[in-house]
Amino acid sequence: MKVQSNSYTFLYSTIVVLIVATGLAIFSTALRPAQTRNVELEKKQNILSSLRVKSDRATVEKLYTEYIKDSYTVNYKGDKVIGIDPFKVNLREELKKSPSKRNLPAFEATKNDSSFLVIPVYGKGLWGPIWGYMSFQKEATSSEGLPHFNTIYGVTFDHKGETPGLGAEINQPFFQVPFRGKKIFDDEGVFVSVDVVKGGANPISLHEVDGISGGTITSKGLEAMIDSCLVSYQNYFKLNN
Amino acid sequence: MKNLKLLTNPLNNENPITVQVLGICSALAVTVQMKPAIVMALSVTVVTAFSNLIISLGRNTIPPRIRIIIQLVVVAFLVIVVDQVLKAYVYDVSKKLSVFVGLIITNCIIMGRLEAFAMSNKPWDSLLDGIGSGAGYGLVLIAISTLREFFGSGSLMGFQVIPEGFYQMGYKDNGMMILPPMALISVGIIIWVQRSFNKKLIEN
Repeated sequence: MKVQSNSYTFLYSTIVVLIVATGLAIFSTALRPAQTRNVELEKKQNILSSLRVKSDRATVEKLYTEYIKDSYTVNYKGDKVIGIDPFKVNLREELKKSPSKRNLPAFEATKNDSSFLVIPVYGKGLWGPIWGYMSFQKEATSSEGLPHFNTIYGVTFDHKGETPGLGAEINQPFFQVPFRGKKIFDDEGVFVSVDVVKGGANPISLHEVDGISGGTITSKGLEAMIDSCLVSYQNYFKLNN
Repeated sequence: MKNLKLLTNPLNNENPITVQVLGICSALAVTVQMKPAIVMALSVTVVTAFSNLIISLGRNTIPPRIRIIIQLVVVAFLVIVVDQVLKAYVYDVSKKLSVFVGLIITNCIIMGRLEAFAMSNKPWDSLLDGIGSGAGYGLVLIAISTLREFFGSGSLMGFQVIPEGFYQMGYKDNGMMILPPMALISVGIIIWVQRSFNKKLIEN
């Protein structure tokens, strides 16, 4: 068969494609377990970091079992859903469903003898997805009808491709630290969330933090993310005891 | 002797970045810190070396009309493998390199070497040429990232090297070094330094 002929060209390309496809399939299958584990470790690191616990890849497993006491999935009403692994819940898919059908992951933690709750959040930035974890400290005293978890203890946010120096700064401490101590319910127990305010937050407000100059769309996206994710949890926050 | 030249020429006289001015885009993108730059340099070297080898092995059988497509398939295959390996074993770095690993496919150095060298040379020579070109690219990448990390963040390989005392005396990291334009200026400075040592490169 001549190298120039049509049939040779077709045959050659078919064989090359088959070899390459087989090779890729083998590599992908062989490396899958290590990759899944990396993603899982990163998730655990993020959960710990929202609890203000520093961890690296070597220590994360140990610290995770030390701090995280329980993890489960809840529904809109705040009841536990049996049989769904909170680690495998795809928040992006859940948020597409109507609120009453969502499965919501929750992680219970203890640190220095206090109880905490860690909630994942997921939303849209300017260029792509943004996500994070928020931890809430259990209220020392809570009266009837008021939520048991209200005060933010720590947050961690990350993003896929926000603008460096502007929106990408949401993963920096200067943006995340002011969230600490903010409240998501008002005095009457009504859900109000936390607003990310352009041009400077009111320093005495418990429901506002500073936005990022030049990163307004990311800031607003983050605000919407917190609001839309936490609103589904509000019954759970009130029920939990 | 000829073999040695294949390895060393791309490091200096035929450096892909500073002389041929190829692969500039990724040189700007991944040189803020040294670690990603080194990983990127290794990845590109692996891809140029093996794509050169594979194409050279098959150079007499590749139908000329689809040779570019075959080259692309081979390069893309290698890049995906590299990307998957990074994701599995150096996850942090792979996150920092993000899309740039995928973009190795479009790195002009690789296609350039395949067309110019591997299609008409023996496998062993092509492998050496590939390693040399990758190393020449990597060398410049590491040089730029050293400059940028040192002046931009005061650290090397993530370790703080400028003592805390300097900062207390009023020294500040140069934020400009972290931004892409400074990478281009660094490339310019490296070209200038290289040409002042290597007179052969100066055009009349």
